[in-house]
Amino acid sequence: MTWSWEVFIETIPLIFKGLWITLGLTIACYLFAMIAGFFWVFMSRIPIKPVNWLFRWIAEFIRSTPPLVQLFFIYYAWPVVPVIGVTLNPFVAAILGLGIHFSTYTSEVYRSGIESVDKGQWEASTALNLSTAQKWRYIILPQAIPPTIPMLGNYLIIMFKEVPLASTIGVVAMLHLANDYGAQYYKYVEPLTVVALFFLLLSYPSALLISRLEKKYNRRFDKKTATL
Amino acid sequence: MSSIPDISLILLKGLKVTLIVLVLSMMLSTIIALVAGLSRVSNNRLLTGFTKFYVEIFRGTSLIVQLFWFSYALPGLFNIHLGSDIWVAVLAISLNYGAYMSEIVRGAILSVPPGQTEASIALNLSRFQRMRHIIIPQAIRMMLPEYGNYLIQILKATSLVSLIGLTDFLYYGNIYRSTHLTEAPTVYILILIFYFLLALPLIGFTRKMEKVAKKGVVHG
Repeated sequence: MTWSWEVFIETIPLIFKGLWITLGLTIACYLFAMIAGFFWVFMSRIPIKPVNWLFRWIAEFIRSTPPLVQLFFIYYAWPVVPVIGVTLNPFVAAILGLGIHFSTYTSEVYRSGIESVDKGQWEASTALNLSTAQKWRYIILPQAIPPTIPMLGNYLIIMFKEVPLASTIGVVAMLHLANDYGAQYYKYVEPLTVVALFFLLLSYPSALLISRLEKKYNRRFDKKTATL
Repeated sequence: MSSIPDISLILLKGLKVTLIVLVLSMMLSTIIALVAGLSRVSNNRLLTGFTKFYVEIFRGTSLIVQLFWFSYALPGLFNIHLGSDIWVAVLAISLNYGAYMSEIVRGAILSVPPGQTEASIALNLSRFQRMRHIIIPQAIRMMLPEYGNYLIQILKATSLVSLIGLTDFLYYGNIYRSTHLTEAPTVYILILIFYFLLALPLIGFTRKMEKVAKKGVVHG
């Protein structure tokens, strides 16, 4: 097997078609993870110790086991679970699987953001007689979320690179198209290189952008502490 | 309908491969991370440029793509035969996580306060002595919590090796599932539990290192 530029050029438009599916799936999984992340934060704030403990360990379990196995569980095992089981199409299974896996990460990000809000802010909002909803809406979240934006951005890039896992349950995105092409013509290296290049082309500039954001927020944070 | 112990026994046939890939990848990626991390902070422009290129390539593309690429390109394109696909998997995982982990090494070394470097220059230590006795001992404790996190990531990444045909937990699980469709939930829950049991010591290590990193450090 030798490297063929012809095959390389030929597969670019083919893989490019898959790029949109990969991107769409990334965004869908990410939105799911962002929203589901609040679920874990909410559960960890319930003031009952055993419930707290239970949800902490469930989150730990999901976080430290392979997303690939979780995908297989949702796609192959969920339909045969009695009563609550339903058959999911690969796309939905991927959104659920990767979304739930990464929600355990986004929840940690939210938690760190919420914990970084100064204790005095909580006390002040109580002193001002704000309701719980007002306190979160006007005082805590506006201060807790912005510093976490670079971290959340990092997870978007990580998510983008985890999405090809979905090809194993049959989502026809970049990696799947490359493997199909390979199986058909026994030319694997060229299409896979194209896939890798597309990943690099998108994730490297995004990573640069994130690190610039990080610097910006850090500077702002430094300024704030300097005046204290 | 076979029971949970029966299925466990079938799955545990894959334990050996998972453990081999895990241990080898942990060792190799640690070595790569240390070498690449130290190269990133060296004075040699060529060396830092080359390492940066390596790190960005491997961080910018997806591990699963790299794994497939290596398993087809090494024997096909470069005519390199590593003897077993285990080595292909170890190489792909280690190069990927070595790149990520080299960033922790670099970050930790750069975060040692410049006063320490100045003091060791004032004490007339050589560049090597400065690294060996002053900078690295302080940097290592800062690296360890993140290092622990990456070890857990490596454990999770070992599940990918079944995709290139290695016989790990997931490989046996998928084969069993294909003939016993109704027992799929048991199979995958058991696999997840096995992975979690392997992850527990690593989680413990990470928590412990977080405490070590915080203890007795003068900030500012």
